[in-house]
Amino acid sequence: MTTVQSTKPDDRADTGERKVVTLSEHVVEIISDSGEGAQRCGQSLGAIAARTGNGVWTVEIIPAEIQPPARSVAGASGNRVRLGSGPITNGGDEADLVVAFNEQVLLGRVHARELKPGCTILLEDMWRDHRDTRIAASYAETYDLLVAAGYRIIEVPMERECRKLVSDPRRGKNMYALGMLCAIYQFDLDLARDQVALTFRKKSQKLIDTNVTLLTAGYEWALANLDLAFHVPAAPADERQVVTNGNMALALGVVASGMEICAMYPITPATSASHYLSEIFPKVGGVVHQAEDEIAAATFAIGASYSGKCAVTITSGPGYSLKQEAIGLAVMAEIPLVVVNVQRGGPSTGQPTKVEQGDLLTSIFGSHGDAPKVVIAASSIEDCFYSIITARRIAETFNMVVVVLSDASLATAQQPYRRPEFDPAWLAPPVDQSHVPEGLEPYAWDETTGLSRRFTPGQPGGMYTLTGLAHDTAGRVAYDPDANEQGLHARSLKLAALQKTLKAPQVHGDETGDLLVIGWGGTRGAIEEAVDRLRADGRAVSSLHLRFLNPLPPGLKEIMAGFDQVMTVEANWADRLDDPIIDETNRRYSALAMLLRSRYLVDIDTWSEVGGQPIKPGRVQRAIQRKLDRR
Amino acid sequence: MIDLTHRSAAECLLRLHDERLEIEGFQKGVPRWCAGCGDNAVLTAAQRLLRDEGLRPEKTVFVSGIGCSSRFPHYMNTYGFHGIHGRALPVAEGIRVARPDLNVFVNTGDGDSFSIGAAHWIHAIRYNMRMVVMVHDNQIYGLTKKQASPTSPRGTRSNTTPRGSYLEGLNPLTVTLGVQNVSFVAQAVDWIPEMLYDILQAAFHHDGLSFIRIVQRCPEWMPDNFDRYLHDPSRVQLLHHPSSLSISSSLASLYPSHLEHDPSDIHRAREIASSTDPIPVGILYHDPTVPRYDEIIRSEATHSSASVRRLLDSEFDKFAVTGGGLGD
Repeated sequence: MTTVQSTKPDDRADTGERKVVTLSEHVVEIISDSGEGAQRCGQSLGAIAARTGNGVWTVEIIPAEIQPPARSVAGASGNRVRLGSGPITNGGDEADLVVAFNEQVLLGRVHARELKPGCTILLEDMWRDHRDTRIAASYAETYDLLVAAGYRIIEVPMERECRKLVSDPRRGKNMYALGMLCAIYQFDLDLARDQVALTFRKKSQKLIDTNVTLLTAGYEWALANLDLAFHVPAAPADERQVVTNGNMALALGVVASGMEICAMYPITPATSASHYLSEIFPKVGGVVHQAEDEIAAATFAIGASYSGKCAVTITSGPGYSLKQEAIGLAVMAEIPLVVVNVQRGGPSTGQPTKVEQGDLLTSIFGSHGDAPKVVIAASSIEDCFYSIITARRIAETFNMVVVVLSDASLATAQQPYRRPEFDPAWLAPPVDQSHVPEGLEPYAWDETTGLSRRFTPGQPGGMYTLTGLAHDTAGRVAYDPDANEQGLHARSLKLAALQKTLKAPQVHGDETGDLLVIGWGGTRGAIEEAVDRLRADGRAVSSLHLRFLNPLPPGLKEIMAGFDQVMTVEANWADRLDDPIIDETNRRYSALAMLLRSRYLVDIDTWSEVGGQPIKPGRVQRAIQRKLDRR
Repeated sequence: MIDLTHRSAAECLLRLHDERLEIEGFQKGVPRWCAGCGDNAVLTAAQRLLRDEGLRPEKTVFVSGIGCSSRFPHYMNTYGFHGIHGRALPVAEGIRVARPDLNVFVNTGDGDSFSIGAAHWIHAIRYNMRMVVMVHDNQIYGLTKKQASPTSPRGTRSNTTPRGSYLEGLNPLTVTLGVQNVSFVAQAVDWIPEMLYDILQAAFHHDGLSFIRIVQRCPEWMPDNFDRYLHDPSRVQLLHHPSSLSISSSLASLYPSHLEHDPSDIHRAREIASSTDPIPVGILYHDPTVPRYDEIIRSEATHSSASVRRLLDSEFDKFAVTGGGLGD
């Protein structure tokens, strides 16, 4: 969808001389040095837009370092907010409007090609007359360069105006900018004030008051001085909605799933889920245990699960690697466990704050030996919430490890979604303390499904010694070939049993056509938007988004048969066929493509991008177009 | 958290009266340890303790890691958790936090605890959750067939140190006594079962984490390791105090070296702990007032369908979309 500009002033927001431009959607970025609060500003703007009823998706712009040097091209920190009249499912392509606190971070975004050519920029003007002549010169030079390149720069005296109200504008300028943007987008000032109070709910009332004052000042200044007014009408939703980011949705999902224990170790970008959970969990008797390391977090959760209360451990890539042996133990001993992996760039320390879908294969095949586990991937903010509920239920029904994959983009992106209606069936049943029937064994595997009844400490008659060693139906250490095969067989069967309960996924678009695009996880919004644009152009392309990655749901082969070609779109590495030494005999495919090729023996192509940014619909659109044109 | 500890006093009495088990009730299988292995003494002491304390087997969990010591749960007729190398403590902590009603014991070895699981050892001491931790320290890796362990004396010839181990052995007692929140530290030797039992019993009654280092013989790989103590009982120093353990007259006559030590004195405890010859046996340190992390983090709120609904409602109200849609 491209921005539709209307010259007709909106009568609802008639403010005298200001001409209000009505738009179906808009992308705005707020960028600053790290620590100047542009992220807060953007998050708040996104929440205000969402609470107004707009479709919203926010993207955090995060520098790699916690405190990069001030005024550096690589140090841009902030937030992108894409708002629309209808639902918004991704961060879009290029920005239409930018608020920049200095010209260097602005250059960073220009170099990254994140800004629409000729877009409007509100630029802090304090640098023009800076006493350091090099800074003043740099500012003037960049200003001239960008104006010559066609950008419309409006210089704004944010620093000067804030100084009238606070002694240190570095703290608080973000709220002034938020006020300006609220005026520009016709948002309700009272709602904005409420949002500021909510954002700073853990701070003092004095700080909240100061921020509200700055917000109001920015709002009034913009009304009086800026000839810039947009209105993105909010289409009334026919449902009650809430707006959170993905990590908050994960934490709320933990509460809703009935789990009572979360063991974790701090790691980016997963940790904010545990921050929020730590805040709310005690209200339902829950515990967040910050363990001494990732292994302890996993084994602590296993101990809790073993004793009857299915627990969750939340981590990101490197932590996920460290947990592998513990995950293998839970698989072997059939202890239910939910493991959340908020993926980041890898391998090794990789790109801690960046977006990548690099952990699919390690989630399915990780841990030594044959360690079957369930893997599901959240594809939206709402999905982060429900995935945890589903995961807990599967973990306890099948006595399995369930890995929930999210990613750095979902973690911090905000999106409104239907307000969940709590269902008591989401909760786990009480810990079973009944007498174990005489003669029943802890691993009395069902021959068809591989399932057995879990014994929990406290149950009379159920005493057995759980072990990570190969064991027989009684749980006794067993080295004989039959017992070992029987165990491997049972644990494998459980995946098939789960697969039999799954439904075939829904195709987005027609069920037949030239090309089927398959994706998983946080790329859903971008892929479906790209497909919609191409379908609007008459191209016969559809898409399919997988929630269950292990086991894969039934019906995929039949769906793929309806299309001439199939390709995956993923944010993980795939060799490029235009590399001189890459050909079909050595090409490494993206993760999902590799899985689908091996299972269905279909020649599935792949397009992937690993730039660390959320995949943009425009990029997917061009990739699909090239694929279709090559036919 | 659901409180599973509530039981009427009458019911408790009835259980004590009717269901107190003999030692056979806690035994399972035939231990596959070598003849003369010190693990057998620990097993007997634990089984006696469960009998004497009238513990219910289904309410008791023995957690272990990997190694000779960690086969322990297989020989107890209770719930057992034989997990992965080095990680017995965090597993036990998860059990302890999830289920305050269970009796939690940990059996681990010098490699399991002081090498691959060293991080968990330090932090378990600091968490001070209620559990009894028995470290079976034979100063060698036995299950993997004789490699030097962190507590092997310098010069120990092993398969990885054929010319003798290079470094002085780690002293687990001094390290443990250096950790903030330490609340119970004792040392036992497998060849004085009477004191091993008394220490284990005191450990069980301690309201926090009880750390017992059990010096034990490995006849297979370190047959002469403790001969100097066995041949000369005066090189074993028995600790006693009116507020702590007393020594029976028969023991006193067998082991002539005694030391009155007040286990509330941490400085003195650290001095005693640093002695390897004579080797101190008894309770080195005991402070029943140290707060337990498993109690501190337990929330007063109860987990129920109603409380979950209430919390979700109040959070979703906070983040409700107010304009456009049906939100209030």
